[in-house]
Amino acid sequence: MKMEAFNDRNVADNGYFLVDIEDYPTDGWGKFKRVVRRSFKGELFVGLWVVLREMIKFDIHTVQYPEEKMPIGPRYRAVHEMKRLWESDAERCIGCGLCEKICISDCIRMDTKIDENSRKEVTEYTINLGRCIFCGYCAEVCPELAITHGGEYEQASEQREHFVDYEYMLTPIDTMKAKAQKEFEGFGAITPHEDERVKKTPLAY
Amino acid sequence: MSKITINIDGKEIQTQEGAYILNAARANDIFIPAICYLTRCSPTLACRICLVEADGKQVYACNAKAKDGMNITTSTETIEKERRAIMEVYDVNHPLQCGVCDQSGECELQNYTLEIGVDSQSYSVKDVDRSSHDWGHLHYDPGLCIVCERCVTACKDMIGDNSLKTIARGADPLNADYKAEMPKDAYAMWNKLNKSVIGLTNGTDVLDCTSCGECAAVCPVGALVDTQFMYKSNAWELKQVPATCGHCSAGCQITYDIKHASIDNPEDKIYRVMNEWNYVSLCGAGRYGFDYQNATATKDEAAFEKAIEAFKKADTIAFTSTITNEEAYLLQKMKEKFGYKLVNNEAKAFQTFLANYSEISGTKLYSSDLEKVHNSNFVVSIGSALKTDNPNARYALNNSMTVNKGAGLYFHPLKDPIIEGLGKSIMTVNHAPLQEEVALYLILDLFGDKTKLPSTIVEYLASFHSQKTITIQETVKEKVIEIVQEVKVNEETGEEEEIEVEKSKMVSKKVAKDVEVDDNKLLEILSADAKFMEVLEKNLKKKTTFELMVGPDLYTHPNAKNIARLVALVEKYSAFSVTMIPTLTNSLGVALLCELDDEKGAYTVAYNTDGDYVLSGLGDGDLDMPAINQQEGTLTSINKRVNPTNAAVVYNGYELNDIANALGLEAENVIDYTVELPISVGFKSEEFDNLPNHYENDGTEVRGYVLENVAVDVSDDESVDKFSEDKLEGSIIYLANPVRQFTEFTNKTSNLDEVSGIYMSEEFLSKSDFNEGDTVKVKTTNGELTANVVSDNKITGDIVVLPTFDKKLNSEALFEAYRFNSASIQKV
Repeated sequence: MKMEAFNDRNVADNGYFLVDIEDYPTDGWGKFKRVVRRSFKGELFVGLWVVLREMIKFDIHTVQYPEEKMPIGPRYRAVHEMKRLWESDAERCIGCGLCEKICISDCIRMDTKIDENSRKEVTEYTINLGRCIFCGYCAEVCPELAITHGGEYEQASEQREHFVDYEYMLTPIDTMKAKAQKEFEGFGAITPHEDERVKKTPLAY
Repeated sequence: MSKITINIDGKEIQTQEGAYILNAARANDIFIPAICYLTRCSPTLACRICLVEADGKQVYACNAKAKDGMNITTSTETIEKERRAIMEVYDVNHPLQCGVCDQSGECELQNYTLEIGVDSQSYSVKDVDRSSHDWGHLHYDPGLCIVCERCVTACKDMIGDNSLKTIARGADPLNADYKAEMPKDAYAMWNKLNKSVIGLTNGTDVLDCTSCGECAAVCPVGALVDTQFMYKSNAWELKQVPATCGHCSAGCQITYDIKHASIDNPEDKIYRVMNEWNYVSLCGAGRYGFDYQNATATKDEAAFEKAIEAFKKADTIAFTSTITNEEAYLLQKMKEKFGYKLVNNEAKAFQTFLANYSEISGTKLYSSDLEKVHNSNFVVSIGSALKTDNPNARYALNNSMTVNKGAGLYFHPLKDPIIEGLGKSIMTVNHAPLQEEVALYLILDLFGDKTKLPSTIVEYLASFHSQKTITIQETVKEKVIEIVQEVKVNEETGEEEEIEVEKSKMVSKKVAKDVEVDDNKLLEILSADAKFMEVLEKNLKKKTTFELMVGPDLYTHPNAKNIARLVALVEKYSAFSVTMIPTLTNSLGVALLCELDDEKGAYTVAYNTDGDYVLSGLGDGDLDMPAINQQEGTLTSINKRVNPTNAAVVYNGYELNDIANALGLEAENVIDYTVELPISVGFKSEEFDNLPNHYENDGTEVRGYVLENVAVDVSDDESVDKFSEDKLEGSIIYLANPVRQFTEFTNKTSNLDEVSGIYMSEEFLSKSDFNEGDTVKVKTTNGELTANVVSDNKITGDIVVLPTFDKKLNSEALFEAYRFNSASIQKV
């Protein structure tokens, strides 16, 4: 490579040109003149005309929300969902508290206790969606694929609490019965070739 | 013990001669992996992971003693192989549900598995049924257990209950090929592990111990957990508040682990109590009795106004010693400013006892502490029901016997199976009440330097000795010569012939023999065992450090003054150093800080006790006060240490300081007084915020500061009175609490559920006509009470025990001052 290309620092010769920007007014009189000029030039109506023209033509390119909605990718991270086990319809959450720990905006809280079968039971679970930044760490850290993100991004409501209820996030039992629960494919999900990568532990039986 | 220099991984370090390599390394921030070793206990050698190479030889760092100039390598290729194999073995069949394990990441198995980098498993064995056990306050899951035996070691070497042991697992033997394939130590460790799990010594599945929970605290995995804490919270959610336990005078270092109570209630709640279990061991009250806070208190201005009025009207403040040093100092300031009388009988008795002791000893305080008792090898306890008065004193006694090959001598009227169960080297003498003096005279007689003791005392002691002739059965070994016929081949002729051979044989023979022996009348008075002297002589072999612990029975004894002087004489003229067990949490602090009066005046404001106007941390008085877990301040412990404690739970009411401020004293917080604590009695001028509260890696206690043992004037008069021959007639009652209870504060907690009543031993119940649950009336010359009989298997013998932890019972009313009294007990 020849060094001339580097040594030629005259950019103007290579298709570059200096944009001729008007100097900013520095004194008060100059500023006043600019305001008057801009006010009476009618730049606004140029834009308004474009809108009006396209409206009359009915040549619309945007999505007609809320009648129309864009399809959402399977890895989209909106309001959380709590999944159930395929085998038993029981809740997957074991109450390990990792989501609570990893949550960087500290918006997950859970209360646990020992239940009558000596198992850990989650008595209450909340996510403060007003603080949640939908980073997806909770879904990624969950060892049971219990907490995942869903596609429900519409969070307008009079009460933030509408979205933090565990029951609301949990897959409805009817959906479960109909085998219609969708697995989340985003953060924390099992990769398609997981089996091949696992080293097996020897077992004596 | 001299300093030696050893070299670990190229680093020259100084250590004590005879210290274990592991401890030397830890003290110098050198990491050697170790699972089964507990500081202050004897090495268990279960995990074998602490392998190191010392001068080219593989040794276990936890039980190999450092020698001068030793060269130690903590990691070689073979050692790494061993460690890796050991960790793989520990992971065999270990459940992977770490998410629902109560250890929640504070797990040594997890830590070492990751540290050593176990990423694959080479070993397997068929698992057996390892279902969990409910042991009351503990929950044991053998599935999680790695059988490091730390629980067994702690229970045996520190606590002394000996409630846990290893039992058979019932597993298949290991695959024989492993022996050749595996590293040697890993195989040996696995072979042992595969044969055992933890079980109870009593052979049942019902745990019956003093319920300290230390085993659960030391468990490296989640196998042994406190039932009350199960699945309540993950460890990482809990914030640790460093504090000092407020239940007894031991002043143990604890942390209150707090977190918001629930999603709905953001207020902090104590979930559990943790301790630095390598350096301090808690009792059941300290560990489980944490929720005694005065939760409902509010700033009730009307009540506060009334309190101020009451203080203006009062001439006496009565209080108990369950207060901080700052509050005690504040009360003293109020006395100085407004002339109140300060009444606290239990602290007053202790104060007087200390003062009488000082007259001879020349120091304001006793010379020793529990730390020294831990490190001694001959411990005598007089006048204290150790297991309930101060559990840590019992641990110290037990620890000195198990780890230092020590022996103990326990004088107390109440028969105590827990103390007797500490081991073979504890001798118990159950003397009659009021004879604590005799016990002290006996100590003087046995251990006192007769050449230096005042001659009157020597003569007095000699008057109890006489010579008596007893017939003893002696086993004598005799040489007996026998003539035996033997068949032998004649070497010359080659024929067999019979010859007579003389053979000598040693035969033991029993002979009756009359011997002159020294007869010590004191032993008879104390009703000591006939073989007392014989056993004592055996126990005293190779003993070098002598400790005497004296307890609250002595402070209220009718001859307390004489006893205090005797204690001082024992210290002065024998090898013993003395530790006194303060009656309540801060009795020592109160005794040092307050000038106490004997009699109450006309109108009494009471703090945590009874009076005309009651301030109470229990929430049952006229004005609420904070409990110790809601306060900042310092507590003076038995170890003469001023330990800081912090508020774990929020308190919304008024404090003593608010009242003092309203009366004209000025301090923003009560801890502003910490710096003012008087130097003249041994305190230091330290700001509260500068007081540390932790242990160093080498076990150094960095908590608050140690009181200076101020010198006082010595009197030349060393005379002591002869012991009185007073006796208590009839049924004897004793004022002591059951295990895990100390005061009304422990009674208030939700986890300590001891039933209050009149405690009788199973032995006494079976031979008397009382039954458990009977309502009986106990009557003494001082008063009477009616309550239910409770059977207590932690005592034996005939003495009936009345507790102080239940205010409703008001047991104190039955006693003069001394903790024993004679009483008539009748069924109602």
